Amino acid sequence: MTATQPAAGRTPVRRLAGLLHRRRRLRLSLLLTAPLLWLAVLYLGSLAVLFVSAFWTTNSFTSEVVKVWSTDNFHALLTTPVFRQVILRSIGVALAVTVLCAVIAFPLAFCTARVARPRWRPLLVVAILTPLWASYLVKVYAWRLILSQGGLADWMLKPFGLSGPGFGLPAAVITLTYLWLPYMILPIHTALEQLPANLLDASADLGARPGRTFRSVVLPMVLPSVAAGSVFTFSLSLGDYITVQIVGGKTQLIGNLVYSNIELNLPMAAALGTVPVVVIVLYLLAMRRTGALSSL
Amino acid sequence: MQLSRSARIALRIAAGIGFAIIYVPLALVLVNSFNPDRSASWPPPGWTFHWWSTAWENAGARNAVWVSVKAGLGATAIALVLGTLIAFAVARHRFFGRNAVSFVVVLPIALPGIVTGIALNSAFGTVLKPLGVGLGLFTVIVGHATFCIVVVFNNVVARLRRTSGSYEEAAMDLGAHTFRAFVDVTFPLVRSALLAGALLAFALSFDEVVVTTFTAGPGVETLPIWIFNNMTRPQQAPVVNVVAAVLVLASVVPIYIAQRLSADTATESRI
Repeated sequence: MTATQPAAGRTPVRRLAGLLHRRRRLRLSLLLTAPLLWLAVLYLGSLAVLFVSAFWTTNSFTSEVVKVWSTDNFHALLTTPVFRQVILRSIGVALAVTVLCAVIAFPLAFCTARVARPRWRPLLVVAILTPLWASYLVKVYAWRLILSQGGLADWMLKPFGLSGPGFGLPAAVITLTYLWLPYMILPIHTALEQLPANLLDASADLGARPGRTFRSVVLPMVLPSVAAGSVFTFSLSLGDYITVQIVGGKTQLIGNLVYSNIELNLPMAAALGTVPVVVIVLYLLAMRRTGALSSL
Repeated sequence: MQLSRSARIALRIAAGIGFAIIYVPLALVLVNSFNPDRSASWPPPGWTFHWWSTAWENAGARNAVWVSVKAGLGATAIALVLGTLIAFAVARHRFFGRNAVSFVVVLPIALPGIVTGIALNSAFGTVLKPLGVGLGLFTVIVGHATFCIVVVFNNVVARLRRTSGSYEEAAMDLGAHTFRAFVDVTFPLVRSALLAGALLAFALSFDEVVVTTFTAGPGVETLPIWIFNNMTRPQQAPVVNVVAAVLVLASVVPIYIAQRLSADTATESRI
């Protein structure tokens, strides 16, 4: 018998393992090749083509894309009254949703993080997170049921001689607020829970009443988390068009304009699509100054 | 901060109202699935189980569930592989453009779905169509995987940052080669993070509407697309009600698994 057991370090597996161990560059490139092909080539490539196509035009008879460089689409974006109106309305909706979320989330998070008994707190966190697992469409559908004619909203407001808002812009704002509320509650809850108790005691020892402690100690320390939550509520609202389609009646937001332009004028749709992206990036940059992004 | 008694009561009431706002719509969906009437007027005129059996036999809804499961599993599998690879590269290596890589991973979920949707749609149109491949389940899986990578990546990279490379080094000092160290040391350390990532990725894919709209071929209907298409048809309202109720009930499953996983993680970090 000439063949003996190969010594350790001689099997193909061991040789390969040794090679990978010695050559970190090789290991790194093996790790990154597949994901980067997917994300950088497929995804970023598609995005790049889309944004380049925002500078193309369409033949108005055939709806064929004409690959001639022009800034007409962006010019139209800034000068057409309808577009300007819809863009401003979309930003307004996103801001309104963010403010509403913060107003509802703050007392709720304060209660779950500092007022509720410690034993209950983990359960309350689960209660905040649970709706995030429920289907997006089902939640919008729930509000369609509530706000429909003769629905729960009408029934609840009837004794006061009022009726629900029906489908329209307010319905869209309410539904979007409902959808993204947990994204606002959670960071505020975490920040309030981590607030050191001795800071609050120190403030009280120095003679501050609860209101003053809240304004001078609690609020400044929690504000970055509100900003972090607002990144979610703002950008998710700005990009949404399904909710508006379902409960918004005839209301149009920027996403709906993109959607309605895809078939007939893809370059215009692409140009319109850059608007939420640019606004979201500007919002992120603004929020970065508050230190929100490091607490994400 | 010693809050006064009245302030505590006020905060409790505010939180109670907050939780009511969160849960009343979900409860309404459950109640409404027993509504014998086709309209959503409140209060319902009675109770019936009739629509539950109708929905059970609804071919469209059943088929849509199946399509969604297939798309979710496919996207999750791809996201697991790609997300884990990037996580290892970013957490265990230093290289030029590392921050850019972490940024690109987040981009598909940070940008509005409609932007990702039309970008992929026109890319598929220009690249796949000449090859004779149309939009279908395959393109849905590709689209979903793109934005699912980030959740796997986030979970695995967080775990790798908590567990330094010294465990692997110790294993190698004891004679294990790269693959053995991975199988015996690294993989058990990241296993629950992988499971959590897979759960989130599947849930994300199962629920997605916008990117699906632009990447699904004709005849490929995931469950959210089915709900969206049937939501406004009065004839289908009772079946949609039941499907919505089932989805609300089904969301308990991932919550339970997530709780079990995080309990798992807690015991692990105690080592």
